[in-house]
Amino acid sequence: MRPLTLKRLLWTCGALAVVLLACMVLALNLGAVPISVTDLVLNLGRVAIGQSDQLPTEYRLIVFDLRLPRILLGILVGAALSVSGASFQAMLRNPLADPFILGVSSGAAVGSILATLIAPRFTLITPLGAFLGAITTIAAVYFLGRREGELDSTTLLLGGVISASFLSAIVMFLMTALTGRDLRGTVFWLMGDLSTPIQPGLQWIFSVGLLAGIGAIYTTAADLNLLLTGEREAIHLGVDVTRVKLVVYVSASLLTGLAVSASGTIGYVGLLVPHAVRLLFGPDYRLLIPASALCGAIAIVLADTLARTVAAPTELPVGAMTAMAGAPLFIYLLRRGMR
Amino acid sequence: MSTHETSTQALGSREKPAKTARTVRLNVEQASFAYAASAESAPTFTLGATSFQARERELVAILGPNASGKSTLLRLVSGTLAPLSGRVELDGQETSRLDSRTRAQRIAVVHQESPILYAARAGDFVLQGRHPYGRALRLATTDDVAIARNALAQVGAEHLASRTIGELSGGEKQRVILARALAQQPRLVLLDEPTLHLDIGAQVELLERLRQLAEENQYAVVVVTHELALAAEFADQVVLLHHGTCLRVGSPAAVYQRELLEQVFEAPLDVELGPAGRPRVHLRAGRNEDAT
Repeated sequence: MRPLTLKRLLWTCGALAVVLLACMVLALNLGAVPISVTDLVLNLGRVAIGQSDQLPTEYRLIVFDLRLPRILLGILVGAALSVSGASFQAMLRNPLADPFILGVSSGAAVGSILATLIAPRFTLITPLGAFLGAITTIAAVYFLGRREGELDSTTLLLGGVISASFLSAIVMFLMTALTGRDLRGTVFWLMGDLSTPIQPGLQWIFSVGLLAGIGAIYTTAADLNLLLTGEREAIHLGVDVTRVKLVVYVSASLLTGLAVSASGTIGYVGLLVPHAVRLLFGPDYRLLIPASALCGAIAIVLADTLARTVAAPTELPVGAMTAMAGAPLFIYLLRRGMR
Repeated sequence: MSTHETSTQALGSREKPAKTARTVRLNVEQASFAYAASAESAPTFTLGATSFQARERELVAILGPNASGKSTLLRLVSGTLAPLSGRVELDGQETSRLDSRTRAQRIAVVHQESPILYAARAGDFVLQGRHPYGRALRLATTDDVAIARNALAQVGAEHLASRTIGELSGGEKQRVILARALAQQPRLVLLDEPTLHLDIGAQVELLERLRQLAEENQYAVVVVTHELALAAEFADQVVLLHHGTCLRVGSPAAVYQRELLEQVFEAPLDVELGPAGRPRVHLRAGRNEDAT
């Protein structure tokens, strides 16, 4: 018997944090304008010791004003979507659950666009609308997925996929009919990309929201392990299922809302990352949640670097990269589940 | 309606010496329940007033065909339902009023196996039984590990600890699920149709093990089942349910009357008394055209 220990938990997360840091350096280094690693490390060192005024201007512009905010946004979005995917998988007892596949991301996009149309001057309205859109969609899909009082896995997925397609159509309608033919905006909401940095006033809200959302879900990690073996079993082992549901659905909707309002609907991250983490570190949610947050950040930073460089100087939307990797995995998991 | 018999009488039929002054663990007193679609509409299913007791080291079988109210009675006993009238008490406390954590420390419930989503190891699965004793992340203490190991040993499954649940056979899985219940260190163990997916050898092994565990750990054990033969062989007491009514409570010898069982199970049956004073039930041959 080899139960999870605090030591293993901290070592795993520490190692993943180091990998994330390395990926950040790589991502800062790569791009349309090549920058040597030594220069980069030197200049990062200058910033670290508080001598940022000695930086060359082109560095400041490319590395700290363009690439770094984008990387930080990628970390936020990757962590948020992965944790929200992992928690949907436990709550819905469905290994294929993911905010994008369930339509929650599209719901957040609709909420976000509507909110911006209603109160365009109020900056906080975008994430707030996205959160409300996300929570409404997951509630709707949850009830669509019920059959005779029980969650039915196939009905749930179909309900989610159909909701996603319906809500994407609404995104298209809103983008073309109401805000004018803004192609770039439409791609942003349907595919997701990281090129628009978070507005300066909202950065704190996003960081705090991300940490609060992941933290709240993490308090239920031990309960989620039990919920995987069934709701009834969890109740008999002393889990307050109603409280866990409330905490997890609200927090996962918050995380999805934050991610979508900052980066549009990047798909499949919440499916890809938790499954990869399960393969590497096992299915225990006490390790799965922090490891998914870190691996999600790593995955998006890498995917975005690839999206920026693979067809440089043209940039691909990062959502295209994740969909190319995620959709085949979805089919693989679906077929494995059917057998 | 119900005839009470003391457990000593029931045990007298087994070779064990009669033990006196066993404390009553579970006391179900005139407990009833009704399901209705809404508060105003007529109930769709009612469980009439049911009374029985389970003492420590005693195995009680709740017996009846499908839709007889067995599961409802089990939910009342487990405290997830509160009775409409009457009382369900464990060591003098009403089970439905215990908070979920305390309840999980005292009552373990083993359901028919449910699919397990990801490949958890049997050892980690058994450690989940320590959930009601921990806080926050519930990282296992050395005590927890020792208790889980002991629970696996008690069901003869130590060697399965590092196997994943998906790799186990039906009987092995059932043992691991039972070990998780034992790791809860309960006073009352409830089992809902535990033999459903097991072959006959595994069924007998499970019930023998349950008897032995009840003896060793002073549990009261309540098993919901529709297996007439198994209940006759292993139960100290039988609670016979039919269409939501409790027909009889007593030792298998007292409850197993041919006309009564034929009426309840709607099948032609033969009941004879076996060597240990326990009834034996057979499906009567040649007349099974009207059996269901």
